[in-house]
Amino acid sequence: MEQHIESHIIQSSDDEFIINVGPQHPSTHGVLHLQLKLDGEKIVDLRPFLGYIHRGIEKMSESLTYKQFIYLTSRMDYLSAHINNQACCLVIEKGLQTEVPERAKVIRTLMAELTRLASHQLWWGSTGLDMGAVSPFFYAFREREMILEIFEETCGSRLTMNYCVPGGVMNDIHPDFVRKVKQLIKQFRENIHEYDELLTGNPIFQSRTQGIGYLSKEDAIALSCSGPVARASGISCDVRKKNPYDAYDRVSFDEIIATEGDCFARYRVRLEEMKQSMNIIEQLIDNIPTGEYRTKIKGIIKLPVGEYYQRVETARGELGVYLVSDGSNKPYRIKFRTPNFSNLGALKPMSLGGKIGDLVAIMASLDLIIPDIDR
Amino acid sequence: MIHWIGQKLNDIFGPLWAPYVGYILVGLVIITLVVVMAVISIYLERKIAAFMQMRLGPMRVGKWGTLQAFADVFKLMLKESLTPAQADKQLFHIAPYLVLTVSFLAFAPIAFSPTLQLWDMNIGVLYITSISSVGVIGILMAGWSSNNKYSLLGAMRSGAQIVSYELSAGIAILTIVMMSGSLSVSGIIQSQADGWWIFKGHIPAIIAFVIFAIASTAELNRAPFDLAEAEQELTAGFHTEYSGMQFAMFFLAEYTNMFIVSMLGTTLFLGGWMPLHIANWETFNHLMDKIPPFLWFFGKVFISLFMIIWFRWTFPRLRIDQLLKLEWKYLLPIGMVNLVIGAIVTWLGWIF
Repeated sequence: MEQHIESHIIQSSDDEFIINVGPQHPSTHGVLHLQLKLDGEKIVDLRPFLGYIHRGIEKMSESLTYKQFIYLTSRMDYLSAHINNQACCLVIEKGLQTEVPERAKVIRTLMAELTRLASHQLWWGSTGLDMGAVSPFFYAFREREMILEIFEETCGSRLTMNYCVPGGVMNDIHPDFVRKVKQLIKQFRENIHEYDELLTGNPIFQSRTQGIGYLSKEDAIALSCSGPVARASGISCDVRKKNPYDAYDRVSFDEIIATEGDCFARYRVRLEEMKQSMNIIEQLIDNIPTGEYRTKIKGIIKLPVGEYYQRVETARGELGVYLVSDGSNKPYRIKFRTPNFSNLGALKPMSLGGKIGDLVAIMASLDLIIPDIDR
Repeated sequence: MIHWIGQKLNDIFGPLWAPYVGYILVGLVIITLVVVMAVISIYLERKIAAFMQMRLGPMRVGKWGTLQAFADVFKLMLKESLTPAQADKQLFHIAPYLVLTVSFLAFAPIAFSPTLQLWDMNIGVLYITSISSVGVIGILMAGWSSNNKYSLLGAMRSGAQIVSYELSAGIAILTIVMMSGSLSVSGIIQSQADGWWIFKGHIPAIIAFVIFAIASTAELNRAPFDLAEAEQELTAGFHTEYSGMQFAMFFLAEYTNMFIVSMLGTTLFLGGWMPLHIANWETFNHLMDKIPPFLWFFGKVFISLFMIIWFRWTFPRLRIDQLLKLEWKYLLPIGMVNLVIGAIVTWLGWIF
């Protein structure tokens, strides 16, 4: 084992030196550990070391019932907590072959899009922060705070909402929900030009991101990237379009695709996705069907023996849940295909030959959530 | 007043020792002034940053958080100054004091008002530019001796940055020196009695002012040129390993340097302590004359200071190669051409 680890550590010559970025470092946004071989400021080699926040969520799920293990997944990609829960609920519903009420489907989709908005806003703020511009962070949090308040009212929690349950959602929406969401969309549409003024149009920001961290279409496919990272390289991979779940089949929205494949393209894709999320919310918010918000499901869920797979689009890409059932009340095996783990693979080809400052810009454009990599 | 103090000192200590006691007193006054101004600028920076970011900033310590800086200094004084293992201990401990001393030294020739100037030497501007470039040695010492690769990278960045941007700042200063025909601080201010250089120097002076603003912000290691301590890249750059009062020294030096740059800019371009006069507006000019010179001086200094703070909270950071490209490919050639234009303007006497 020791030998195995040793062979992974980068060896350096006299001209080059090695620095460890992380596990405690401001720009890794968590406990990611990168080992860099530098020639002056130039990155010659890069190796990520994982496992600092491995909690064994997949293994723990095997000893929890179907209703319990859903809540663990909130702690994977904590910024897409709702979408993770949604994926697990969908896979269980697939196994049970239950039909979810229309109202629940729309509420789930609304919540998922709000989650995506909140996640992208945090990403936008921290991108500015990584580039050395502190002020955008606070502007991003202005609207994000409104979304979190909506979550708090309806779900009782701001980040890890645990709102999805098999068969629907846990509670009905708060009476103020519709009004507040409309107010949020109105305010966000009024304020989104500030996002462009603060970062997008800034010449320093553009020169820091344009042409930096190029990821070709072929590389993106080979590394199985997904989400905005892949779409910025010209791959059409939006699960909401390709494989619609819940209420996505009844809304019309554009899949944002850019072909440049650099940091600025990924930035633009996410900014446009925020606008598309608002479009989806606007289409659904006036048409929430009346009726039940949850179908009654037995207290103890037992899935039929078999294998089930469901994929969803989180804020960072494609999340796949693969579940094997042996007929008992607990899953036999669960495997998550998380977007950040695959996207992390693109870090090395993107950043070799760049400067340390480029690495920070690339990490920001990948929008990595470390607990999602380690699980 | 000053003569009276001098006489008293003479009476008490005798003619042999009185000058030395006087020097010590003046030194203490300057240190107090610097510390008070640094505290004010730290408070300003926090409040301005907060307002730009839609928050209130410090509010708890004192009325509107005015005592926050003192609370922070008190906290830092109680902290242990750690020394990393295998650090070069001597250099490690000298570095913060060297950086701070250099900043204090640069205050010597600055004229706060017609009567308040410590040392009116005939090469005052040259003295400030040369003494402030010693500061980079302290930064390099800190980065090298910390035994930390991040510190070393930060120090090397800082060295490259300060050395290159000093050229542009120097050339911008030279333009004004040439127009006013004097290297002494009081001489430059006197030459602006009939109009500040930014007004009567026409285009060369304005270009020189812009170059000076950019280059001096870069020399200060502040955003958007804060690569030496780029938080997201190098954690804290050259002062990563410093703690307690030694860290406070670097912090104080940064804010002191901000003041020196603002004061130098004020002296060179904005007329020092000269009031604002507009030709043929007799009443207005009279009113302006009523405002004491030191208020004029500090008013202008705080406006320049606000500019520096404004830069920091709105711009993203440049990358190291972009930073050097900006200097060597744009600022320096423009500055050179501008110097020649300035020389022609001065030679033809087009300054009015």
